[in-house]
Amino acid sequence: MGYVYTFLIGGAICAIGQLLMDATKLTAPRVLVIFVVAGAVLQGLQLYEPLVELAGSGATVPLPGFGYVLAKGAMEGAREGLLQAVMGGVKAASGGIAVAVSWGYIVSLIFSPKSIVR
Amino acid sequence: MNKRTFIFKNRPEVISASSAVGKKEGQGPMKSWFDMISDDDTFGQKTWEKAESYMLKTTVEDAIKKAGKTKDEIDILLSGDLLNQIMSSSFMARDVQIPFIGLYGACSTMTESLMLAGVLTDGGYCDTAVSCASSHFCTAERQFRLPLEHGHQKPPSAQSTVTGAGAMVISGIKSNKCNNKPDAFQVKTREGNRVVITAATAGKVFDPGIRDSNEMGAAMAPAAVDLILAHLSGTGRTFDDYDMIVTGDLGFTGKAVAADILGQAGVTKEQIEKKFVDCGTLIYDKADGFESGGSGCGCSASVFSGYVYKMLQNGRLKRVLMLSTGAMLSTISPFQGETIPGIAHGVELESEGDL
Amino acid sequence: MNDNDKKKKREAKAYEKYVKNFTPKPHYTMNILKAFIVGGSLCTAAMYVQNVLTETGVSKEMAGNYVTVGIVMLAQLLTGLGLFDSIGKFAGAGVIVPISGFANAMVSTAIEYKKEGPVLGVGGKMFTVAGPVLVCGISASAVIGIIYWVIGVTG
Repeated sequence: MGYVYTFLIGGAICAIGQLLMDATKLTAPRVLVIFVVAGAVLQGLQLYEPLVELAGSGATVPLPGFGYVLAKGAMEGAREGLLQAVMGGVKAASGGIAVAVSWGYIVSLIFSPKSIVR
Repeated sequence: MNKRTFIFKNRPEVISASSAVGKKEGQGPMKSWFDMISDDDTFGQKTWEKAESYMLKTTVEDAIKKAGKTKDEIDILLSGDLLNQIMSSSFMARDVQIPFIGLYGACSTMTESLMLAGVLTDGGYCDTAVSCASSHFCTAERQFRLPLEHGHQKPPSAQSTVTGAGAMVISGIKSNKCNNKPDAFQVKTREGNRVVITAATAGKVFDPGIRDSNEMGAAMAPAAVDLILAHLSGTGRTFDDYDMIVTGDLGFTGKAVAADILGQAGVTKEQIEKKFVDCGTLIYDKADGFESGGSGCGCSASVFSGYVYKMLQNGRLKRVLMLSTGAMLSTISPFQGETIPGIAHGVELESEGDL
Repeated sequence: MNDNDKKKKREAKAYEKYVKNFTPKPHYTMNILKAFIVGGSLCTAAMYVQNVLTETGVSKEMAGNYVTVGIVMLAQLLTGLGLFDSIGKFAGAGVIVPISGFANAMVSTAIEYKKEGPVLGVGGKMFTVAGPVLVCGISASAVIGIIYWVIGVTG
């Protein structure tokens, strides 16, 4: 059953993140950076692809998945040429980035921060 | 007598005080002591910075009104806050048009300004001075920590910046006891005891080497203890001579650390339990999710001007040492690998029942 | 580093250890459990939607893209509505580590600086947290791409 692996792997990656934030003094932004770079490096070593095949969204939805998409794109581009190798990462992740920037901008222009929840 | 402690021979009087706080603070255990509580943390203003400035201005004006004075009768305004270039204070000063000296002592600003007001009025350079400070949750959080809407968890040692402001009017003129004026506010002031500033001690910057900005209480505790001991030796008094020794914003963690260090310095447990108080642990309801208490200039400013001042006025406290504690970090220093130094300034107030 | 610095460092370490006795600890087990369950559930829900989309004839790759984009948009909307910080307070890394945390970081920093203007305020501050993520991630991918290109050319 694929969903079991999705749940376990996805949950485990988040649990590692929680442990990092609680046990070390790493703040949330630093954890995000670490996870993206870790995903890219693991894919560079061709270790992340098997995880994606096993767990699907469990491996792609957490942030290492973003790093994985970037690295995978770069590795595919590398077969075509040097510039394609540099371009490949952004090209593969362009959809997510474009939506995150534009939709995020619209949302930010509409809403304002609230004080009440502390 | 060491030079860190100033003894005020003329005993300038704190003729009035006013405090204002935000919604959460107004629901805490101190709620009945505050003069003004706002339901709305924006205070009806467009930006958080304007809100803080407005809150500060309101307390200053209210304190002046309670003293039975007008703005023209105030010689100097001493104020500070946490924002870059002390924005809230300078913009408040723009509106009230009183000669202004801006101060920055991080969260220690309230006693810093009170000490200087004492010096100016005791020395006869000013007749009347206003000392005040403020902080706002929404302005400080975004400057020093993460944005309001960011979905992070706060570690249990992290304190919460108090939305609050406090102002005191200090007069150096003995004869001007204000009781000749048939003002309603004056009558109220004169019902109680005179509250006078008798001594003050300036703090040293102490750096115990804490790096985590979620542990400000621990970063400030050694500075607070150092100040208490320096003030005791400077005035030649002992712990027993005070009804209360109240720190600004050590929070639960910092207070526990400071109490332990005081214990090592020879203060007994009973004395600490009975007399050692921290505004940061008083201001919030602990069950409301504020596990580690409050912080910020407004924390000590509002509790000193609200609770402590009124307790002195009604004579339930005779002599109090108030010390606001500050963490001297900047917005960039933690990123440069700097540790967080702490500071504390102490002011001694007495209640004079001469009526 | 001279002896004085070393001494200071030792003292700082000792003080940090001493302070630990008074500092409340995070609820490790509970926090990790919450992060595990919420994070796992989010991934499983994403997988389910992706599977439904593939069944209706969308290619596997595009289905994955749709799901990612969907989570990003939802997280940003919840941030704007002021709900994400409460969810994050409960779930911690369960919503920070998935792509929703990246989306939240962009909007939360941007709306905080709304009063500083739509261009330099919102536009500029959008990347205070997301910027480093993009910079480091894209740079890492470029380096990996170049390494693979070199291996491809020489090998």
